[in-house]
Amino acid sequence: MRFDSALGLESRRGPVAITGKVILYGLMVIVFTGPLVGLLISAFSKTLDPTSFTLWPEEFTLENFVQAKDKNVYLYLLNSFIVVGFGLLLQMLVSVFAAYSLARKKFRGMTFVMLLMLATMMLPEEIIAIPLSLVLADMPVFHTNLIGTYAGMILPVGAWGFSILVMTEFMKEVPVELEEAARIDGAGELRIFATIIVPLCRPALGVIGVFGFTMIWDQYLLPLIVAPQSDMWTLPIALRSLRSDEEVGIGVLLAASLLALLPSIIAFLAFQRQFMRGLTSGAVKG
Amino acid sequence: MTSTLTRAGARTAPPHRRTKSVRWRGSLIAWLFLAPALLLFLYFKFIPMALGLWKSFHEVHYITDTWVGLDNYKTILTDDAFGAAIWHSILLALGTTIGSLVLGLGFALLIEGPARYLWFVRTAAFLPVVTTMAAVAEVWRIMFHPADSGMLNTIIGWVGVDPQPWLASENSSLWSIMLMSIWRGTPYDMMIFLAGLVGVDRTLYEAAAVDGASTWRRLRHITLPALRPVFWILFTLAAIRGLRVFVEVYVLTNGGPNGSSEVLMTLIYKLGFQSNELGVASAGGIVLFLATLALTVVVQLLRRRQAA
Repeated sequence: MRFDSALGLESRRGPVAITGKVILYGLMVIVFTGPLVGLLISAFSKTLDPTSFTLWPEEFTLENFVQAKDKNVYLYLLNSFIVVGFGLLLQMLVSVFAAYSLARKKFRGMTFVMLLMLATMMLPEEIIAIPLSLVLADMPVFHTNLIGTYAGMILPVGAWGFSILVMTEFMKEVPVELEEAARIDGAGELRIFATIIVPLCRPALGVIGVFGFTMIWDQYLLPLIVAPQSDMWTLPIALRSLRSDEEVGIGVLLAASLLALLPSIIAFLAFQRQFMRGLTSGAVKG
Repeated sequence: MTSTLTRAGARTAPPHRRTKSVRWRGSLIAWLFLAPALLLFLYFKFIPMALGLWKSFHEVHYITDTWVGLDNYKTILTDDAFGAAIWHSILLALGTTIGSLVLGLGFALLIEGPARYLWFVRTAAFLPVVTTMAAVAEVWRIMFHPADSGMLNTIIGWVGVDPQPWLASENSSLWSIMLMSIWRGTPYDMMIFLAGLVGVDRTLYEAAAVDGASTWRRLRHITLPALRPVFWILFTLAAIRGLRVFVEVYVLTNGGPNGSSEVLMTLIYKLGFQSNELGVASAGGIVLFLATLALTVVVQLLRRRQAA
């Protein structure tokens, strides 16, 4: 008997084993995707009484999404995309730059910088939410107020220890010979960085891109602090006010929830392999 | 390699000076590339942290702060609301962590293997992890509807269980939040366990089979020991995540009913942004930080001792 797995389930054959597996795996899929599938169907259905959503809608309709327009849902969605777009761009740039330094250079204080990066990963953002709001309201040295600006939601997600470390680990693997050859050919620092190192790190860019996207999209406390007036809300924090809006039925809330969920699900399904790779490397390192 | 280079440079005088300046320039470039990250960290992590520590020793007024020493901390440690919130945080963190770990390990063992359909199950099961917390919590809030028609009540009705009040009752609100958190945390743990299971030496299984060991013994003596490091990492990560839980509680119950699901973070949020008690709220943040730090250190120590 062969054991490809600890339980050896996979190699079991016969009708009983197969039925058992179908039931088991079917249940698993239902438990973990059920709520999401329920949301998907309910957002398109008309019947909704406000208490529950349904898997057997009486009528399919787009009305919830039409009504969502009056409740500014698409404005919130746009805000979310603005924040995640610029935030991710900034985060990837910052990570690539920092990783280049950490992976390819030797300098005094490097261990200290590495420790600082790790420290930021140990420091949950929830803990600093209150003082962060004070800093955002009056930036030291610049004395500007970032509350109520997109910059206030974008800049704080610009540097993320996780993506810097994943990028650093990856950049260490790029052979030194390539860099040396370019240097002998007279290429400058920026040129080596932009034409050799970064293109070779494209797979890692995929990893930090997907993780950065879901991380920024999932931000809750930060926009809650930074966007006091509703025209700047991102979709996740807008959901709460949609819920308490008496004028709209639960359909609009569900439509908006679906819109809030879809981008990260799509990003995950499209980049699964990068995601799984980043997940395991991140967990083992972090 | 560096040592040979410098020795070669030291032999002749002028290049020596050049290598020194080159090295200095190299450091400068390194710091320049690091600057954006360090600046952002400084402004949005380190200054807030220091400011939080500073404010935690002060009574914060609109313009001026008054030094009050450890009063804010005393308030936290003696206040009943804080005591309850800390207890709820710990309970929620422990329940979620242990639930996700046990289920995650179980599921990982069940869906381990190279078959194609298992890959499908894994991907589907992983979806809760990547979904946006706020939206997922809205969905669960609706599923938790306490009337007979609520989704979860309908489902438990099929197996003959009476309808539950879920979030609406003081006795069950915290457990309901825990249920959702386990739902979301299990697939993550499962994936990490799966990654760990890949590293288990297959020949050991075969050897155990030859020796006639039962499935249980194989698990107990081969699989679980191999997974020990993974287990520690997951425990630390999950417990820290559990302690700082905010969005789940904020969206599902906002601490209610009657404070029965208030956790440290929702209380800190309310104090800071609604009652403007910035000093006490900051002290709460520091306490939470110390708790996560202590937890990490203790887990690391335990792990060392067990490894030695």
